[in-house]
Amino acid sequence: MVSFLIRRIFGMILVLLAVSFITYLIFFKIPGGDPAQRIAGRTATPANIISIRDKLGLNHNVFVQWWDMMKALLNGTLVSYYDGTNVVQQIKQGIPATFSLCIGAAIIWLGFGILVGVISAVKAGQASDKVITVLALVGISLPVAWLGLMFRYLFCGENPNGLAWFPDGGYVPLTQNPWQWFYHLLLPWFTLAILFIGFYGRVLRSNILDTINEDFVRTAKAKGLSSRRILIKHTLRASLIPIVTLFGLDFAAVLGGGAIITEVVYNIQGVGYYAAQSIHSQDLPPLMGVTLYGAAFIVVFSTLVDVAYAYLDPRIRLT
Amino acid sequence: MAESLLEVNDLKVTFATEDGNVLAVDGISFTLERGKVLGIVGESGSGKSVTSMTLMGLTRGVNARFEGEVLYKGTDLLKVSDTDMQNYRGNELGMIFQDPMTSLNPVYRIGEQIVEAIQSHENVDKRTARARTIELLRQVGIPNPEVRVDDFPHQFSGGMRQRAMIAMALSCNPEILIADEPTTALDVTIQAQIVDLIGRLKDEFNSAVIFITHDLGVIAEIADEIIVMYAGRVVEQGSKRDIFYDPQMPYTWGLLGSIPRLDRPRPERLHTIEGMPPSLINPPEGCKFRPRCPNAFEKCKEEPPLENRVGTPGHLDRCWLDVEFKRGHRDETISGGSVEAA
Repeated sequence: MVSFLIRRIFGMILVLLAVSFITYLIFFKIPGGDPAQRIAGRTATPANIISIRDKLGLNHNVFVQWWDMMKALLNGTLVSYYDGTNVVQQIKQGIPATFSLCIGAAIIWLGFGILVGVISAVKAGQASDKVITVLALVGISLPVAWLGLMFRYLFCGENPNGLAWFPDGGYVPLTQNPWQWFYHLLLPWFTLAILFIGFYGRVLRSNILDTINEDFVRTAKAKGLSSRRILIKHTLRASLIPIVTLFGLDFAAVLGGGAIITEVVYNIQGVGYYAAQSIHSQDLPPLMGVTLYGAAFIVVFSTLVDVAYAYLDPRIRLT
Repeated sequence: MAESLLEVNDLKVTFATEDGNVLAVDGISFTLERGKVLGIVGESGSGKSVTSMTLMGLTRGVNARFEGEVLYKGTDLLKVSDTDMQNYRGNELGMIFQDPMTSLNPVYRIGEQIVEAIQSHENVDKRTARARTIELLRQVGIPNPEVRVDDFPHQFSGGMRQRAMIAMALSCNPEILIADEPTTALDVTIQAQIVDLIGRLKDEFNSAVIFITHDLGVIAEIADEIIVMYAGRVVEQGSKRDIFYDPQMPYTWGLLGSIPRLDRPRPERLHTIEGMPPSLINPPEGCKFRPRCPNAFEKCKEEPPLENRVGTPGHLDRCWLDVEFKRGHRDETISGGSVEAA
């Protein structure tokens, strides 16, 4: 276990370095990627550009440039090319909003996803299963941006004939007013969760239907257990193991900036919002910061998933 | 006469499938007394597993239809509700399955799974149930049961898992133990141990056993009565002596010929029954074994009823052939025809 973790941590660092380097290279390859040219503006003289390059340290070898940026990021001194704000500070500021959005949405999607999966598996082939299947497919197919805008249009007073049940975007910190925090986040939570509810419900349904045919479920039945106990203790337990993987990685992805569209649609100034802004202005340092922040969640959670697997399935050894 | 535990009368099981109705079991009848072992023998698809699962209520489903009676101490189990059936499963009828590698839940400890069975039928605390589990594991021959009770199934070998399955099946003192091919997935030496164990535990627990297998050799030791099934039908039924020493059905000869025996001259190669069991959706006309039977004749196009033809009480068969003709010819199949010089 310890040697497993040590090796995994070593691997994680390598992955993060690779991610940051590739991000760096990609940035300079995209059209209009050269920050010096952008900063210098339309009427730039070559001398001007050279002096900006000099200032930003862009005249070094690409490895040196990348390494300098990494050092600055780790020291917390990396600043935006355009407004000079500190990248690490900005990310830290966005974290409470992003975490509030993602943790709440994750609870909703996990809870409803399991509910939907169990109901449609138990009722497999019946009318309720078919209705749920259609709804789940609709949920999976709805683009988050469209869904968020529709919610705002229908429920947030955007439309003079619509309802005004919810505040129109924005974020109130939990510490400031818990009720307003909840009230402001309810729609964003569902907007983010609906896709996952449909998806998890479908995956769990098919897992349960596979597990029901396992010999050990028949054994449980032959022991005389009640159908509820067989479902929860034997069938569901085995069917949830693959869901753990999905959840670990999906949760990491939304925490790491995957909620970017939801944040923008509802004007929640979290990490995703910050990422969207920096993409818009093609600002490399914040992009680098946000990318590594997201990648870190992915690698950490994928290790956590492996550890959870070993806990859930005793046949698995971590070596 | 010993107490009768189970009386099955003309049980029929039909499954509706997309390709048509499958008559998986077509009229099986037997009586099982306390202390006895009933062997049900047949190839894959002969209906022996469906019969045993039906006794446990495990074949119930929207596409299954049952006829006849399964009287357990006078109660027709086919008419018992799904919820009430839970009190019979495990408690009155215990079952062991074919593949011990997949029949135990891989994520729970052996002990937990047996404790769960005990606690689902008896109002005992965890500690009592655990103590009984350890005692059961000792009875089925698991060494060091105090320690092994906390092992996971993957830490047990195949034979040990089957022993644990037996312990689980016996944990609530069922009156009847149904063993569905309990030795098929095990190697030969372990097979003998498991058969001996089932025979011994039957006496210790004062129960009866239904032993399903495709291998007559396996139950030669312990069976009292044997039912031979083919294509969902009982083709021969009688005491062990009848089946082994006076078999009337060419299909039974084929089964007997396909097991190596020490009490007869050794054939060059073991007998194989040519062909495949018929489809149960469109079974052949007349005797179902006719297409594979070397002795089939004109009359076999008409299905022979299951009746007593030999004279020995309780020995039933489904074959039109003359009894004396069969007695003169069956050894060609059973002993393989060309007998090697000893």
